[in-house]
Amino acid sequence: MTAHIRKFQRSGLVKMYLNNIFTDPEMQEKYMDILVSSFLPLVKGAFYYTIPLTLITFGIGLVLAIFTALMRLSNLKTLQWIARVYVSIIRGTPLLVQLFIIFFGLPSVGVTINPLYSAIIGFSLNMGAYNSEIIRAAILSIPKGQWEASHSIGMTNLQALRRVVLPQATRVSIPPLSNSFIGLIKDTSLASTITYTEMFRNAQEIAANNYEFLLVYTEAAAIYWVICIGLSFVQDRVENRLDQYVAK
Amino acid sequence: MITVKNLNKYFGDLHVLKNINMDVNRGEVVVVIGPSGSGKTTLLRSLNILETPEEGEITIGKQSVDFSKPLKKAQAVDFRKQTGMVFQNHNLFPHFTALENVMEGPVTVQKVSKAKARERAADILTKVGLGEKLDTYPHQLSGGQQQRVGIARALATGVEVILFDEPTSALDPELVGDVLDVMKELAEEGMTMVVVTHEMSFAEEVADRVIFMDQGKIVEEGKPEQIFHHTNEPRTQQFLNRIRK
Repeated sequence: MTAHIRKFQRSGLVKMYLNNIFTDPEMQEKYMDILVSSFLPLVKGAFYYTIPLTLITFGIGLVLAIFTALMRLSNLKTLQWIARVYVSIIRGTPLLVQLFIIFFGLPSVGVTINPLYSAIIGFSLNMGAYNSEIIRAAILSIPKGQWEASHSIGMTNLQALRRVVLPQATRVSIPPLSNSFIGLIKDTSLASTITYTEMFRNAQEIAANNYEFLLVYTEAAAIYWVICIGLSFVQDRVENRLDQYVAK
Repeated sequence: MITVKNLNKYFGDLHVLKNINMDVNRGEVVVVIGPSGSGKTTLLRSLNILETPEEGEITIGKQSVDFSKPLKKAQAVDFRKQTGMVFQNHNLFPHFTALENVMEGPVTVQKVSKAKARERAADILTKVGLGEKLDTYPHQLSGGQQQRVGIARALATGVEVILFDEPTSALDPELVGDVLDVMKELAEEGMTMVVVTHEMSFAEEVADRVIFMDQGKIVEEGKPEQIFHHTNEPRTQQFLNRIRK
């Protein structure tokens, strides 16, 4: 490890890069230009493509997840198994491979899906599988007494679920769901591999022109980070709101 | 009002209810006592099908359930609508205020308008002494107050029978009195009540009839006076002696 670092230092590249940034006015200007000129396309990519793709697929995924969780919890063996197999396949195979199968693979059997829809299908299926386990666990975490109390005032299972269990399960599932939401934002960069021009695809194209890979990719990383920081704030606020009825 | 015929319930190999027969008349207060594991809570929970016995028949009001036949979900739901239940650990809905807890049954189950349900729920809560706590969440209430909301919730759908499952067992001793007072008031108003409890003084004072259960069987039943002071059953005597120590 240290040997590698020494070799790296000896090559003088790090020094040169830092020198350029901190002392050479000409290079400073050049880097600044690149940062500024790439900023707008990247942010556009984030707001027009990355974030909408994330929101849409998370939404569809959540609906899928709730149904899958309920299927897993139902008494019908067939439904249980459909849900199990779905979750097992999606969790047991890489997301990148799933996207490739949908976009590059399916055309072989005559099913051609454009990059956007391929991405939506791939990410939604993925979210549905992962989040179904979160929701299932959240529903199971609600004490049996809550079901019994609901039944005792005459509710059906569906009423108990809708009015009593799911609202409480929502609170339990916010932290892990936020986790998977943040994961999804970053995973949407994989859509670049199936030619969907979201933020990272823009970054790749910009860097391919000016060869400033370190600078442009770091800039893209910083934008992802800022979005995720914003989301963490939102998560905190939602949690606080839902915590008002819980003893601390 | 309630008729139980030849009720049998098993948990695996354990025979927890052995051929139970009992009747409860309209307006009667029946207190079920017995050592833990005697099946008294299981019997109470069977009355609104929170437990499903394997054999026997329960009739409440005009509805009958024969447990030797497969039970339909809708049938169980309808059957439960006739009784209210107060739980040992209250099982209030933590995400609803006291008022919302009491409104929930009327609004969701009986489709009463929110305004009407709110008015009625406020009345009931005032009656159980919680008129000041309408908008309070359960976790902000004391154990005794929580249990009184539990009673209000059970009353809200206008049931004719209320089942109490050790309503004061989880409470601090100084909070028990308030809950028992509310129950006494209900008894005086003619509510039909089946109460599983360890509060012997309550049983003696309020019960019209006391049932003593042991090992899944009804050992004896009678007026409180008879059970508490003139019983000839050795098992009842033994149990009462242990409690009175």
